[in-house]
Amino acid sequence: MNGHAVAVGGRIFTRPVRVFAALAGLGVLLVLWRLVVGLGAATAMNDGYPWGLWIAFDVVTGTALACGGYAVAILVYILNKGRYHPLVRPALLTSAVGYTVAGLSVGLDVGRWWTIWHVPAFFWHWNLSSALLEVALCIMAYIVVLWIELSPALLEKWQTSSNARLRRWSLALLPVLKRSMIWIIALGLLLPTMHQSSLGTVMLLSGWRLHPLWRTPLLPLLFLISCASMGYAVVVAESAFSSVAFKRKPDMKMLAGLATPMIWTLYAIVGLRVADVVWRGQVGLLLAGDIRSLMAWVELALFLAPAIMLASPASRRDLGSLVRASMVMLFAGALFRFDTYLVAFSPGANWSYFPSVTEILITAGLVAGEVVAYVIVVKMFPIIAGQPATAERTV
Amino acid sequence: MGISRRAALKGLAVAGATAVGVDAARPGRAEGAVLPAPPADAVGMLYDTTLCIGCKACVVACQDANDLPRDPTGIDARYDAPIDLSAKAKNVIKLYRSGDQQSFVKVQCMHCVDPACASACMLGAFKKREFGIVTYNVDLCIGCRYCEVACPYNVPKFQWASATPRMVKCELCNHRLAKGLEPACTEVCPRHAVIFGKRADLLTEARRRLAENPGRYVPKIYGETDGGGTQVLYLSHVPFEKIGFPPLTEEPAPSLARSIQHGVYKGFIAPVALYAALGAVMLRNRKRTGDADGREGDER
Repeated sequence: MNGHAVAVGGRIFTRPVRVFAALAGLGVLLVLWRLVVGLGAATAMNDGYPWGLWIAFDVVTGTALACGGYAVAILVYILNKGRYHPLVRPALLTSAVGYTVAGLSVGLDVGRWWTIWHVPAFFWHWNLSSALLEVALCIMAYIVVLWIELSPALLEKWQTSSNARLRRWSLALLPVLKRSMIWIIALGLLLPTMHQSSLGTVMLLSGWRLHPLWRTPLLPLLFLISCASMGYAVVVAESAFSSVAFKRKPDMKMLAGLATPMIWTLYAIVGLRVADVVWRGQVGLLLAGDIRSLMAWVELALFLAPAIMLASPASRRDLGSLVRASMVMLFAGALFRFDTYLVAFSPGANWSYFPSVTEILITAGLVAGEVVAYVIVVKMFPIIAGQPATAERTV
Repeated sequence: MGISRRAALKGLAVAGATAVGVDAARPGRAEGAVLPAPPADAVGMLYDTTLCIGCKACVVACQDANDLPRDPTGIDARYDAPIDLSAKAKNVIKLYRSGDQQSFVKVQCMHCVDPACASACMLGAFKKREFGIVTYNVDLCIGCRYCEVACPYNVPKFQWASATPRMVKCELCNHRLAKGLEPACTEVCPRHAVIFGKRADLLTEARRRLAENPGRYVPKIYGETDGGGTQVLYLSHVPFEKIGFPPLTEEPAPSLARSIQHGVYKGFIAPVALYAALGAVMLRNRKRTGDADGREGDER
């Protein structure tokens, strides 16, 4: 097994990358337009649904999709499963890129975006009752922590750079980083634990307007487990993507091992969800037959299905079924978060929301930008373990 | 008759600061220790559906007093008639009609005793200040709109049409109170369907009306305890849920989220302890296996 990360290399702006870059470019133009015309003209959000696609998907779902670094770090550093170490860097990269993009999304979603620096700066005004304040501060800090965690990969490349200053800085910084890395990694575990759970607390403040099937004191815990669950699924999906795009042979033994924590998180979510609904006496709402009860059932089914799909050891060793199960897991987690922030939130019958074309295109542009950033970094820096790319054409 | 009563209330509002204690606002609720107490100087409004004739004089007076634009809507957009609270309307009159039962209802900020918007707001742009009025400070607002998500009455509104937006909501005409005036809506109301005063006095008045005309009203003062209590109080002849009031318990709207947040982060002990524990586990792991990076970890 080759555990050492190497740059994939090859041409960077291949055709798929150019297509994604164009989509990202369109997103940037639309973002500029939104900043000029304001939120009313650019989005479908309104006073009934003050949060739309950007919060529910880009931020709340996007950061969970970027929890690969968190999920793998738990496995490697806390549970001491060193054999998963080759997964750390690719997972950290998706996390760093994903959280950065989520942070940018917040920046374009807030109405008074030019004042966003007030949040960390005006500490004497901090409202410690506000779960959103904690989420905002933690996400800002975590973006920094993620890039520091990833920086050895960048510095390793730069220490052989032809630029003398860059080389000197890299050589000086690397040992410092290595020494303090444990405490940085610990911060990288603490911050998501805090803000991913608080993303659940945030919606509890909406009170009666959040459907009782989602309005549970367990919401923070469910959000925390679901982000880890999505994190493991993302790592599998990303390994499969790399194996196809960069012709890397996936380490099946390692990926099969991920099935265990995946199944555990799934059972935990389904078990807690069902026990909670029964405990709070809301079973009737599950049987109500309306759109929200239907969504709750779909969520439960989607959380349960991957656990069943990976029940047999043979299916866990099969890349195809692992990837399929991961995709269902990602969809389940995304739906749970989407439901909590949009579907289960009901401000009254006279309000409605469906994202505008601009909102959708900006979200698509941001996702495309993430893909481009990921591909560029893995081609230039030692992120992915395995053989260096051959002359074969890669994405 | 109405005028004399109103004059009496005004007198009370001015003189009652020392006479009326906090507890008078909720007699017989000594056991309700979870209920937040309104500030001693809490002022508010009392609106009575049986007195309102829907003339909307208060709507226009509010726009004038708060420099809000006219908001002509409806079929030919000829009349100033905002249909709901918005960035252009801090106060509206709505009509509820079902069969032969109908009622007007005045809608504006309820000035909660324990406001969810203030609990939500990251930097405290929304805050309960003098007289318990929930006020807005644009200098601390990021425009995140969490206040809109949080408010159980759907009150705060965002300037969607602006590229430099603010939040808009009734601040009980605190700029007029500072000049010794009362809110524009209560001042202009020709029927005294909405009156201004100290919250404690308004509660006394509401109880008096309920006692004098028990058949006239639903036997409840909305806002006395709902959602932890509000400083704007309502009397109604139709059930409150029919005129748009959410069925809240006595529990303050922000209490669940806040108790979780405060419970987990009390003194910031739990995060620090978790951080130390995570670091300790990793140090132990490193001793057992490989370097800080865990790179030479247990290859099994």
